[in-house]
Amino acid sequence: MIHSLFLINNAGDLFLEKHWKSVISRSVCDYFFEAREKAVEPDNVPPVIRTPHHYLINIYREKIFFVSVIQTEVPPLFVIEFLHRVAETFQDYFGECSETTIKDNVVIVYELLEEMLDNGFPLATESNILKELIRPPTILRSMVNTITGSSNVGETLPTGQLSTIPWRRAGVKYTNNEAYFDVVEEIDAILDKSGTTVFAEIQGVIEACVKLSGMPDLSLSFMNPRLLDDVSFHPCVRYKRWESERVISFIPPDGNFQLMSYHISAQNLVAIPVYVKQNISFFETGSSGRMDITVGPKQTMGKTVECLVVTVHMPKVVLSANLNATQGTYNYDPVTKILVWDIGKLNPQKLPNLKGSLSLQSGAPKPEENPSLNIDLKIQQLAISGLKVNRLDMYGEKYKPFKGVKYVTKAGKFQVRT
Amino acid sequence: MRAPPALSASAPRNWSRDSVSALSRSASSSSSATAAAAGMSASSAFSDEKGGSASEPEYGHDPASGGIFSSDYKRHDDLKEMLDSNKDSLKLEAMKRIVAMIARGKNTSDLFPAVVKNVACKNIEVKKLVYVYLVRYAEEQQDLALLSISTFQRGLKDPNQLIRASALRVLSSIRVTIIVPIMMLAIKEAASDMSPYVRKTAAHAIPKLHSLDPEQKDQLIEVIEKLLSDKTTLVAGSVVMAFEEVCPDRIDLIHKNYRKLCNLLIDVEEWGQVVIINMLTRYARTQFLNPNVNESLLEENSEKAFYASDDEEDEDKKAEAASVVKRKPYVMDPDHRLLLRNTKPLLQSRNAAVVMAVAQLYFHLAPKAEVGIIAKALVRLMRSHSEVQYVVLQNVATMTIKRRGMFEPYLKSFYIRSTDPTQIKILKLEVLTNLANETNISTILREFQTYIKSMDKDFVAASIQAIGRCATNIGEVRDTCLNGLVQLLSNRDELVVAESVVVIKKLLQMQPEQHSDIIKHMAKLIDNIQVPMARASILWLIGEYCEHVPKIAPDVLRKMAKSFNNEEDIVKLQIINLAAKLYLTNSKQTKLLTQYVLNLAKYDQNYDIRDRARFIRQLIVPTDKSGALNKYAKKLFLALKPAPVLESPFKDRDHFQLGSLSHLLNAKAGGYQELPNWPESAPDPSVRNVEIPDWSKCSSRKDRKEKKVEKPFYSDSEGESGPTESADSESDSGSGSASASGSDESGSGSESEESGEETESEEEDDDEEEQKKKRKKLDKTKAKKPAEESAESEQSSSAEDRKSVRKVVKNQKSASESESESESSESEDESEEESEEESESDTSNIRKKKTPVSKQPPKQSKKESKKETQEMSLLDLDDFEPAPASASVTPVNFLSSSLVSDLEGLSLTDAILGPTTIAPSGAIKMYELLHRIKGEGLAVDYCFSRQPFSPDPNMVAVQIQFTNNTNSEIKNLHIEDPRLQSGRRIREFAEIEMLAVGDSVTVMMGIDFCDSTQAANFQLCTHTRKFFASIQPPVGELMTPAFLTENDFKKEQGKLMGMNEILEKLTLGEKCVNEHVIVERVTATANLSRVPCGSDKECSTPPPPPSVPVYRFAGKTVSSGCLVLVTVTTKEGGGAQLTVNCEKMVIGTMLVKDLVLALSQ
Repeated sequence: MIHSLFLINNAGDLFLEKHWKSVISRSVCDYFFEAREKAVEPDNVPPVIRTPHHYLINIYREKIFFVSVIQTEVPPLFVIEFLHRVAETFQDYFGECSETTIKDNVVIVYELLEEMLDNGFPLATESNILKELIRPPTILRSMVNTITGSSNVGETLPTGQLSTIPWRRAGVKYTNNEAYFDVVEEIDAILDKSGTTVFAEIQGVIEACVKLSGMPDLSLSFMNPRLLDDVSFHPCVRYKRWESERVISFIPPDGNFQLMSYHISAQNLVAIPVYVKQNISFFETGSSGRMDITVGPKQTMGKTVECLVVTVHMPKVVLSANLNATQGTYNYDPVTKILVWDIGKLNPQKLPNLKGSLSLQSGAPKPEENPSLNIDLKIQQLAISGLKVNRLDMYGEKYKPFKGVKYVTKAGKFQVRT
Repeated sequence: MRAPPALSASAPRNWSRDSVSALSRSASSSSSATAAAAGMSASSAFSDEKGGSASEPEYGHDPASGGIFSSDYKRHDDLKEMLDSNKDSLKLEAMKRIVAMIARGKNTSDLFPAVVKNVACKNIEVKKLVYVYLVRYAEEQQDLALLSISTFQRGLKDPNQLIRASALRVLSSIRVTIIVPIMMLAIKEAASDMSPYVRKTAAHAIPKLHSLDPEQKDQLIEVIEKLLSDKTTLVAGSVVMAFEEVCPDRIDLIHKNYRKLCNLLIDVEEWGQVVIINMLTRYARTQFLNPNVNESLLEENSEKAFYASDDEEDEDKKAEAASVVKRKPYVMDPDHRLLLRNTKPLLQSRNAAVVMAVAQLYFHLAPKAEVGIIAKALVRLMRSHSEVQYVVLQNVATMTIKRRGMFEPYLKSFYIRSTDPTQIKILKLEVLTNLANETNISTILREFQTYIKSMDKDFVAASIQAIGRCATNIGEVRDTCLNGLVQLLSNRDELVVAESVVVIKKLLQMQPEQHSDIIKHMAKLIDNIQVPMARASILWLIGEYCEHVPKIAPDVLRKMAKSFNNEEDIVKLQIINLAAKLYLTNSKQTKLLTQYVLNLAKYDQNYDIRDRARFIRQLIVPTDKSGALNKYAKKLFLALKPAPVLESPFKDRDHFQLGSLSHLLNAKAGGYQELPNWPESAPDPSVRNVEIPDWSKCSSRKDRKEKKVEKPFYSDSEGESGPTESADSESDSGSGSASASGSDESGSGSESEESGEETESEEEDDDEEEQKKKRKKLDKTKAKKPAEESAESEQSSSAEDRKSVRKVVKNQKSASESESESESSESEDESEEESEEESESDTSNIRKKKTPVSKQPPKQSKKESKKETQEMSLLDLDDFEPAPASASVTPVNFLSSSLVSDLEGLSLTDAILGPTTIAPSGAIKMYELLHRIKGEGLAVDYCFSRQPFSPDPNMVAVQIQFTNNTNSEIKNLHIEDPRLQSGRRIREFAEIEMLAVGDSVTVMMGIDFCDSTQAANFQLCTHTRKFFASIQPPVGELMTPAFLTENDFKKEQGKLMGMNEILEKLTLGEKCVNEHVIVERVTATANLSRVPCGSDKECSTPPPPPSVPVYRFAGKTVSSGCLVLVTVTTKEGGGAQLTVNCEKMVIGTMLVKDLVLALSQ
């Protein structure tokens, strides 16, 4: 399936190659570079590129292109999903998935890639198994390794692969047994000029951090499971239990993982936590414009809106902005034409306002479209959909674990059209 | 990996230079960090040995220094030296540096001899890195690579499965042709390895060997066949992968494994799931009938009616009608249904590829009404990474063309954000356009309106085209769209205007008469628009409809003639066209102009234009030489042109399997397997039947698995055995699976149930027997008549009222009977013979009564039964079943009809068991009816199958298994002389004619216990012996599950208070710590179903305190249908309270006893 993998940075340097079958010359990437050039933005590089003898399937993540070479028919999503999994594994191992970390840990990267694919077919992709095979680097361990000459490769052979629960490593031991669940909801919305909701839905995930000894069997139930419209689960979740009882029952992997993601669709009414009053206009003459943005709370369920940021992608002709913010700071980058207004905490008594003038390139026609605003925000201790975890039970182990649930609401793709 | 600087300070000079030079040649400077680190740490170790003297601390950080100049062969000397040393740490360091070089694409092949020596190194990491190196370079250095083979061969024999697997993996990865035979041997051996992990590795090795030497294909297919029959989830994905790569066309290999693959699917790892689902899609396309066949016929019909001439139409209609009638009763193959059902949960997978695979499976295979469920999951994927979005949108675009309704509710999810990448925007636009219809067009157009103002010009152009397409497809909005587009003509952006012109041109072609003013408006635009395509479009429009704008057209031509030389080629061609058309319609005004234009064109640089000019001149300007065509010039130029059809570029893409690379590219990729068309008639479904021994092994494996892991995954018993078991019994028979799984537990529980009511039975024993004797006599006299009748019928074989089935049965019976008579006439007394006849006639009577419809199946089944006694049992079972309508419907053979009925039964039990979380089979206990020694070699076991006994719902189904452990055949097994209390009834199983040596047979019988736990006694007869047998039901088996909601439960419980309620406190056993165990224990003890809770919690008025879990179970007694309600309330510290509400107090008390026993164990 996957023949080779090339990692290419944003500048077009090919800094790592790995072949699972016969070696394919790196010149095959020229086709990719061509497409990259044509696309202008890295986002616009087509994920599948056809070359005379191969197909290149690539993803763009953390400023790195993962370009895989395919020779025969394969579901493209298979490859794309796998490449993302590779990137996630790197992130898991090295804290971040960047060119520097990959270069610094090139041997581990290589060992990982070797284990993840066999002859181009995925072999071990569960992070718990991989961590048994190849230990993630820590500063302490790398010190010790250098001095003693010991290695990153696990001494014991991993048995997780052989069990029916491949996602969990065996013999986990903790002194403090704890399980934390973060319910994170993101609001995706499009608001139109007048502030009415064109489209809004909620995407939620439950991130778990489970550090429990032995083989705990957990079940998580909700107060109102019927809210969840569409769900997807980590493979550890027993689907049948969910179907029949709406209870999430699972033996967790060790460490951090995403337990489930859910979707609360546009059919339900979605509370929009903030409103935006904006007035952006460009004058026909004098090559200037005016801007006035006010943000206020709408349906916040009595919680404070934090980390409020408004981002505006200005038209190309806008040269500079001369604004005055009553709260927070703004920054206009004339190269990328992005205006960022970092408000911080939203104070309902004194609404933040950004007002001032924009200067345009002289002589250029006034821009057609007013730029749309992207809102970023965060509300602690609230799941905007109203989802509540009822209880978490543990079976199969004797000890009493420490349990915790946290709710956060964030803005996802929250856009206000102007 | 970061080495402390203090260590590197002591590095010897020449050394660190070399090590750096080896690595730092890569272009980017930052990359040297690792190299330096590696170099430093390595050299530190090195210096320890030599007691390093020179110092050059920061040398490693400067890539430009020295190293570059050292030559290649010298460069690796240090590495060789390190590899040759006997210190593992040095070897490791060297290998790390070598691997880093490989990663960067540097050539390190000259190190091969030095590296290959270390293949036998003890250190695991060194070994692994050597493997990495070997796999990379073995192909180039085949001879040297052979040195390593013996190590792997040794590894293949290692007792540790992981080492065996890794040896096989590397051995098969080094692409050296000369070792093909060794690889073949290794793969074959590994394919029958004990460890599933090694077998998985063998499956992985198959495609490797195949690509190395395609001539091994035949042998490899054998291995694949073998591995396909593997029962573990670990192997399944990999072997299907190998199948797809080596022999995707050998669909016949799948038949036997089809059901198993379907059932294992949910437990296979994600990547395997994708491959299996894609393969099964193709398989299903070859094996099943099109579920939408009626729909597609209707479509065809309407199309034909539209185009065909009248006569043809009539004929066609007749033919079609006939075929509709013929095909109308579409019944989905149970295997087809199995596939759809077992893939559905995977829509919930976190892996986008799995979701997509299921989606395409449903799109290609599911009945139209069921395809809709995939929409939600696909819409969910749209939140994922942009690459995933891109692929999903491509597929959604194709789906929306064929099944628009499916995505309509999710219209808004395809709305476009200004921050989306352009390629995503354009795909979303495509989907929105496909989804547009009369009802939603206004919202879509409003949405499009905002898109047109976007800064992304490519996107704007696409939006305008989308508006054009909506306008052509939906007549109602055509004028609105046109007006909107005309307004766009005054847009400041030229690109927008140009695109609008092109689209307007297409729209105008549909109804040019009404829009001459638009054409005029556009004629004016020609002065301003510079985009060639738009200019060309305007010119074409004016030329085409010059009658509508008779005054303007010549003027436009005049202007164009002036600027002719500066125009683009495409515009020039249109100018010539315009001139020609005007010349033909209005030659007076334009003759000279036309000539001028043609003259200009004659000397144009472009030969196309020169050619065109010459051609047109000949055609329109009459000269002496001009030929016959001249007359037709007008017809040629001013012919009515059909309006262009604006269709989606995704039309007809669905002939590629969705989700495939070929579909995405709209071109066949290498190795793409065509999605076959549905067959006209279904191939024989029996090819998927698996022999019984095979799958009983499978189920026992499942048991093992369940035992090994205390809680099976995905399924605490209910999940797994829910689908898998149902499927099993679909494939063969429920009885078999129950017996197979139950037999594991046999012997464990047989003592406990006898405790209940022995005292009672002893007291009544005498009366009972008397009663029984009386009844027996009565029965006998009654029974004699039919028996005589049947005897008559035997003689007069041509009796017309006898059904053919019965004949066959009879004939066989008589044959066996006569045999047995001749053999055993001395030993058997008269009464026995009589009773034999009696029971026989009974069964035949039953058959006569119950199965008038299902004549076909039993007939065939009887034939089959001769061959395989095992199968006979299940088919006998079938006999009892009131044959469902489906039996008469299809020409599919008898097994499939039995499957249908099995399926129906199953779906029924599913409905009952669905919310209960019980595995029926897991809970079934086997009891001994006749011990092997006591029965002189005949062993009889029985269990309560907990299935509804279909011939009589008031009876408890008892499944009896006979095993012949004697050295001779046992014949004429039947029941005789039932001694029963009044009101009790027994429905015997059909006589078993013969039980071969070592064989076992399972039959079903029904007993109405009248809700009491007293034993049912009868005699079990063979052709030689009689055995006394008694079946005593535990109280829990006298009930069947009843489905109640929590509220209903409470209501019913309220009615059964006071005397009918029995409370008992108990301490839970040690193992009863969690819900599953409690539920399992209760349901194992009594045939009850769990009352679902949780979702009702919110609405029920007094919500139970969450810390006290309450488990409720409901059922009703089999024969009188009294409700039995059980409540278990657990308390802190292992205490619990058990409440049983039942009208029949005796049952209640006994049940309490049993439950307390079960729960406190």
